[in-house]
Amino acid sequence: MSQPRTLFEKVWERHLVAPQTDESPAVLYIDLHLVHEVTSPQAFTMLRERGLKVRRPDCTLGTMDHSTPTTPLDIPIMDAQAAAQIEQMKRNCAEFGVPLYALGSAYQGIVHVIGPELGLTQPGMTIVCGDSHTSTHGAFGALAFGIGTSEVGHVLATQCLLQNKPKTMAVRVEGSLKLGVSAKDVILALIAKIGVGGGTGYVFEYCGSAIRALSMEERMTICNMSIEGGARAGMVAPDETTFAYLEGRPFAPKGEAWECAVADWRTLPTDEGAVFDAEVYIDADSLEPMITYGTNPGMGMPITGRIPDPDSIGDPSQRETLIKALKYMDLQPNAPLLGHKIDVVFLGSCTNSRLSDLRAAAALLKGHKIAPNVRMLVVPGSQQVKRQAEAEGLHEIFKAAGAEWREAGCSMCIAMNGDQLQPGEYAVSTSNRNFEGRQGKGGRTFLASPLTAVASAINGCVTDPREMLERV
Amino acid sequence: MQPIRPFSSRLVALPIENIDTDQIIPARFLKTTSAEGLGAALFYDWRYDAQGAPRPDFILNQPQAQGAHILLAGHNFGAGSSREHAVWALQGFGFRAVISTYFADIFRNNALKNGLLPIQVDAETHRQLFSLVQEAPETEVQINLEAQQVVLPDGRAVSFPIDPFARRCLLDGVDQLGYLLNMADRIAAYEAAHPQRVNTLLNLA
Ligand code: SF4
Repeated sequence: MSQPRTLFEKVWERHLVAPQTDESPAVLYIDLHLVHEVTSPQAFTMLRERGLKVRRPDCTLGTMDHSTPTTPLDIPIMDAQAAAQIEQMKRNCAEFGVPLYALGSAYQGIVHVIGPELGLTQPGMTIVCGDSHTSTHGAFGALAFGIGTSEVGHVLATQCLLQNKPKTMAVRVEGSLKLGVSAKDVILALIAKIGVGGGTGYVFEYCGSAIRALSMEERMTICNMSIEGGARAGMVAPDETTFAYLEGRPFAPKGEAWECAVADWRTLPTDEGAVFDAEVYIDADSLEPMITYGTNPGMGMPITGRIPDPDSIGDPSQRETLIKALKYMDLQPNAPLLGHKIDVVFLGSCTNSRLSDLRAAAALLKGHKIAPNVRMLVVPGSQQVKRQAEAEGLHEIFKAAGAEWREAGCSMCIAMNGDQLQPGEYAVSTSNRNFEGRQGKGGRTFLASPLTAVASAINGCVTDPREMLERV
Repeated sequence: MQPIRPFSSRLVALPIENIDTDQIIPARFLKTTSAEGLGAALFYDWRYDAQGAPRPDFILNQPQAQGAHILLAGHNFGAGSSREHAVWALQGFGFRAVISTYFADIFRNNALKNGLLPIQVDAETHRQLFSLVQEAPETEVQINLEAQQVVLPDGRAVSFPIDPFARRCLLDGVDQLGYLLNMADRIAAYEAAHPQRVNTLLNLA
């Protein structure tokens, strides 16, 4: 019998063009390379300068999402720099033969939303993108991680990456989630527990009964934020939920090839007795809706909690970090966040902009109006999500409540495209980063689930969604 | 790329933990298609006020930082977004090394690809370096990549770990892509042995 292996090890070993040695990292073959307009231009320039081609345009896909406006598509792009970057993306893809779902395409959207919905993301694959939230695709049992622009160039030119083998950490989530507690709360709780550096050097494998019970979109929400805990990748073993999601999607295998693929994918889950380098446990039953109070995703707490007091922290540099964060956020130690007034609610991003997120949000919002002091942006993750949501009439619910229904893209998650907070404003956001200025210079972000975001929009202040759900 | 030789510099101390790449260079500066000129955007929102005037109390605006090559940062440097622009901005300002207790994985990779040295030291050395800057801001330390050492003014040398392959490339002044391009035959053999993969060229219409 061969050594029991983890899911990660199986996928890693399948893709070794050359193994790691004492002198050199492993050469890892990449099955799918996703490219977007912000982190690729300098890589294409490098190819041009060195006279290189894209080795596998058929394993490469471009989209536009980060700097694209989410205003109606017939309005021209007002930001000259963004427009130039978008034009450059078109030229680069055309010149190098890379297929592109440009702005205006029916399949355009956030790179981590379109890969899975098109069926490009499949179990056992290696997937990279010049974007740290590539970890999202690990929900299918793929090894997927973000890379820098130099590495984008490496993959374009050779379809390979030089990689040192990471360590593995099992994230075991057992039990069942209570009403009002969602996948987003699971991942925020994990990051609050291990800290933003806790997973550095590791690949997470999320396992346990609570993970098994999640839909694919919920698993994507969790894997998406692995990087916020420092892990470059997070994976979930493929199972019937995975296969049911994939079957019939445009790029998924068909007919006999589908049967073969599924048979192969069934061999991927971690073997009984396989050893992880580290393990962390989360009790799903005891989780509450989570919210962040600070300026990194590790500064999170149950929504009913109180903001920590720097005086109670022994480590001086941690204390300084918290003092600085609370100053930026203009929040008081020991105060609750519940009831804190907000200005903006952002429902979107590669963490929470899929159809199930919009459905959950709309179900809670239906029949309500958002508070008059609140601006709410709803930004679907892709054009496909947008069309599906509209077919279900979800956009009417959002609009009737007073929210803005916008075109697909990253939008206020990264605030590159003009969708941004004003200095001093508070937002409840379903995105993944609450760094200083992330959603607009001087803006202040509370990260939370779509349910918490909607409940807070209705009340105009941070609100526990369970109060409203229990009333329904 | 130029081979990296030993160099000495003052330290620029930025004692903040978990400095993420959104702070190193805010996203609105990423709408460029080049890697040039990003030094001006380094730590922009900490460095300039709302009117765009330099904040005199921020270290990069002080004489200490001008012409210095080594950034001494708080624990866990470079988390967050994969933007390589963070490395280009640090280099654009003149930095050739960053010292911290640890680095986020993607940042470390990006830095090594560009010849910016991510120098990881233990918590005690880290603390000593901060007190050194406080007591004698003009003090220079030397960084020797070949020996993998930071050499302090009193002659004490502190070793730092670095990926051996990246170290070799940086000492020889060669980039890593050349190594991969030389593997073309093995890559082709791998592709022949593993033919199953998606085809993104499939027309969805
Ligand atoms: S939605 Fe936000 S986190 Fe996701 S890819 Fe876009 S900018 Fe990055």
